[in-house]
Amino acid sequence: MNEFMAALESVFTKSNLIYMFRGLGVTLYVALISVLLSMVFGTILALFRSYGNKFLKGFSIVYIELFRNTPNLLWVLAIRFMVRMPKPFDAPMYSGILSFTLFTSAVMAEIVRGGLNSVPKGQFEAAFSQGFNFPKTIVHIILPQCFKAIVPSMLSQVITVIKDTSFLAQVAIEEFFNNSKWVMSAQIDSTINQTMRVFIIFGFISVVYFVINFSLSCIVRSRKKRQTA
Amino acid sequence: MSAFSVDKWEKLFDNIGPFFQGFGVTLYIVLFALLMSLALGVVFGVMSASHNKILRGISRVYVEFFQNTPLLVQVFFLYNALPYMNINLSVKLIGILGVGVYHGAYMSEVVRTGIEAVPKGQEEAAISQGFGYTQIMKSIILPQALKIMLPPLTNIAANLIKNTSILAIIAGGDLMYQADSFASSTLAYGPAYLVVGIMYFIICFPLARLSGYLEKKFGEKPKPKDYTELLKSYKVGEEESK
Repeated sequence: MNEFMAALESVFTKSNLIYMFRGLGVTLYVALISVLLSMVFGTILALFRSYGNKFLKGFSIVYIELFRNTPNLLWVLAIRFMVRMPKPFDAPMYSGILSFTLFTSAVMAEIVRGGLNSVPKGQFEAAFSQGFNFPKTIVHIILPQCFKAIVPSMLSQVITVIKDTSFLAQVAIEEFFNNSKWVMSAQIDSTINQTMRVFIIFGFISVVYFVINFSLSCIVRSRKKRQTA
Repeated sequence: MSAFSVDKWEKLFDNIGPFFQGFGVTLYIVLFALLMSLALGVVFGVMSASHNKILRGISRVYVEFFQNTPLLVQVFFLYNALPYMNINLSVKLIGILGVGVYHGAYMSEVVRTGIEAVPKGQEEAAISQGFGYTQIMKSIILPQALKIMLPPLTNIAANLIKNTSILAIIAGGDLMYQADSFASSTLAYGPAYLVVGIMYFIICFPLARLSGYLEKKFGEKPKPKDYTELLKSYKVGEEESK
């Protein structure tokens, strides 16, 4: 027990905790910005795919299929190593945001398309009969109903994004998993049980991710229940 | 486009062997991980749809834990933490275990919703005919649930294939790893990522198509019009008019 307390103390020093939680801030920031941006781009892509002319439709189909059928990690690495980010966004974090936005937009587009399909055709006809033009119908009538229907799927995708930001540890972006791994490798004091420390840190990492994602998945479940009820 | 210059392509084609080798490793891991996740998915899915509270609780814990923590952390745990307890797994085994168990949680949720979508009357009818629980599941409920489960299952399979790329991070020898090590040693990032992207696309795209096709095939509900056609074929209502 004493050994365990010593291991706890050596892992959760004040500076270690600050470092790890600063990483958590980066994780949540990257996830939030990527999700918000990809909601916008995903909606645009879905509208292109459902109602666009030949060219726009073709573009969005190619984009969606390209990103949906290749691994997210591939894009994380490719963007980080091959794209030089412009000046105000040259911090490593932004290349992470770019890769997650590119990838998640394709997923969001498919989710939004599902939502668009769930809105009955009669809504269009009713809107047109009331003198709405096409863009106004989309913005005021169709999209609000569509978004309401897809809240659970979107939140599930947010969970996926939060989990996948751990990839960024691989390209030395200082997010939560990266910083926690640093804390782990910085534990070199041999008088304290190393095995215990490693397990404590892994436990801590899992608990932090779990608390965030489980709360989100509880929201997903209650929304789903409300929709089917 | 210096990232795609000719000499980089030459380097790539001189070293194309490891790419195909990685492709093989990826397929190998995908195959076994897929089998494992399907098995886990069916077992835990049936458990979470059962009437036993303890079984339901166990499968809830399994699903929530693996769905709400990153796969990368789980794989890293197998790779980094287990050796401290003198458990040394080969990288391929870690890949199969990690990816299989993680996606098993997703499969389990799909199996559960599939089972729950089969009307309750089916089970009650089977019980009244003297079927046992495993028999009911095997020959009555699961075959009917399969139609609902297939499209999302193919989707998860595609995700599983994409997520095996994580093994690159623990030097798994898979496709992504080969590309990454080739790219960082020759700096030919462009061609390497492009070729690997195409290889992943080749495996995932047919699955995505299949999922879309199955959704269309099984997702269509009979329309009211079909019922009138059906009634006509049985000549219902014709006798009255005579």
